[in-house]
Amino acid sequence: MTNATASSPVVEQEASAAALGSTGIRVRVPFWQSVFIIWYRDILRFTRDRARLIGSLAQPILFLVVFGVGLSSAFGAGSGVLPPHTTYLEFMFPGVIGMTVLMTSIFSAMQIVWDREFGFLREILVAPIDRSAVAVGKALSGASQAMIGGIIMLIFAPIVGVRLSVLGVLEMLALLLLLAVSLSAFGIAIASRMKSMQGFQVVMNFLMMPMLFLSGALFPLKGLPTWMAVLTRFDPVTYAIAPVRVSLFSNSGYPAPFINAAQVTIGSYTLPLLLDVGIVAVIGVTVLGLAIAQLRKRD
Amino acid sequence: MADQGDVITVRGLVKRYGPVEAVRGIDLDVHRGEIFGFLGPNGAGKSTTISILCTLVDKTAGSATVAGWDVARHPQEVRSRIGLVFQDPSLDNQLTARQNLYFHALAYGVPRHQRSERIRAALEMVGLEDRADVQVITYSGGMKRRLEIARGVLHHPEVLFLDEPTIGLDPQTRATVWDHLREIRAQTGTTIFMTTHYMEEAEWCDRIAVIDHGRIVALGTPDELKDQMGGDVVVVTTSDNQRAAEQITSRMGAAVTSDDGTLRVDVPNGPEFVPQLVRALDVEVKTVTVRRPSLDDVFLKLTGRAIRDEEVDSAGALHRAMAQRWQGGRR
Repeated sequence: MTNATASSPVVEQEASAAALGSTGIRVRVPFWQSVFIIWYRDILRFTRDRARLIGSLAQPILFLVVFGVGLSSAFGAGSGVLPPHTTYLEFMFPGVIGMTVLMTSIFSAMQIVWDREFGFLREILVAPIDRSAVAVGKALSGASQAMIGGIIMLIFAPIVGVRLSVLGVLEMLALLLLLAVSLSAFGIAIASRMKSMQGFQVVMNFLMMPMLFLSGALFPLKGLPTWMAVLTRFDPVTYAIAPVRVSLFSNSGYPAPFINAAQVTIGSYTLPLLLDVGIVAVIGVTVLGLAIAQLRKRD
Repeated sequence: MADQGDVITVRGLVKRYGPVEAVRGIDLDVHRGEIFGFLGPNGAGKSTTISILCTLVDKTAGSATVAGWDVARHPQEVRSRIGLVFQDPSLDNQLTARQNLYFHALAYGVPRHQRSERIRAALEMVGLEDRADVQVITYSGGMKRRLEIARGVLHHPEVLFLDEPTIGLDPQTRATVWDHLREIRAQTGTTIFMTTHYMEEAEWCDRIAVIDHGRIVALGTPDELKDQMGGDVVVVTTSDNQRAAEQITSRMGAAVTSDDGTLRVDVPNGPEFVPQLVRALDVEVKTVTVRRPSLDDVFLKLTGRAIRDEEVDSAGALHRAMAQRWQGGRR
């Protein structure tokens, strides 16, 4: 035996604690501390893995450059969709930020599948912390990673020619956070069911692409054929992108028609932004509930 | 060993996966402070039982309490009082050993002022202080296992569960792991509940339970189990084993099993049997060994299988993984 004779005061104290048996006092980890632990570990991993961050920005940048520049001429002044002195690139910009948040949030949930594959999920699941704290911590860590991506994308605003205001940016970030938490929770609800990385990736690509393309992130929702207009209104992300765009534009002096082009309408009715936000919040809380239920399941 | 009551109580425990009955009514008491070995062939229900006790799997029927708390009704209370070392590593490879332990200390509510000291002591116990700030991905299998043991006791659990803790380790590392386990028990009085495939390890346990087909077929100290066999094992080699075997059966009325150039006879009293044997045989006796039954013999008798067939080589591990997948698919 290597150190059997060594006995420190701590050890003796513990021996008597163990002898006390199940009446020995155990510290209950408070809910928010548990949330923090889960969040902290994910963020620690995230900071060690810069490739992931860069990877999650590559696609939005590509979209911004290729679609933004390519389609600006077609969509620009005179096309009737956007008012004069505004460009499609400007219109698209908040959408691309939303896209960054969407992709990063959802794919951050892959960590759960990864943890399952490498066993660490069991360390989390046998810890005496509530599963709801696990879900919330994971949702917040995914959201944090997504927000970092979104904020980095703001660097492109001057290049794209989007006018920013402090208030507009702050409002937009608050709305993006709601979107990010909801989407991360959605990712977790799916990921906690998945047993393989490949399965998660296939399912997520299958769900994510329509969610992205139908959300109005990449084009105005005005003047669409009816069938597509209906589909876009069924996409929950639609209700997140509209307030994000409006908040960014309305605080920095863009013309009213330009802002209106960003809003969600059903028939001739324009949904108030608070309703948009409410829809996203309700869906977010629901999927978070689903994620918790998934994690609580025992075999 | 001082008997301070039972730290694990299991009554009529049953677990069904669809039509498959993995655990079929287990009763078990584990005394506080003992090293309890759980022995059985693959698929006997060892891992399922341990998973139920650790609150990872729900039971179908029966009851189980760990550290005084019901596993089904108070999983959180149970979790805070147990430590676990799994068959497969459950470390975060991207983090350092210290970070892994830090996560664990936070998750189990180790008081802030004790954290760094406990982490240091745990790392020292398993001899990983100088590798503490290196990513776990660079660790060998043995180092990972030692780190997991350090982590398992970081929050001073009442029971430390280990599922095949020495599987896939070289003999030297296995011995080290056992040193750690004995040290933990000696210093903190932690009860150790482990499954194992290795007979020599079963011998080191205070008590063992043999499980087969989801039922406990024997329970006691290693000596008690060997005594249950009744008598001795006599192993003989002769110049003509076949003829010797016939003569032992016909002239002495004892059952003989032939194994790898030796004859094996189970008899009530070995020392008395040997002179009779030598007289009764007209072939040349080369060697005679009298020994007490080993746990291998016990295991063979109880389960009809030799444990060495069950020793997990890579093929066995693959088989187990596939079985788990299959089970997983049924959930």
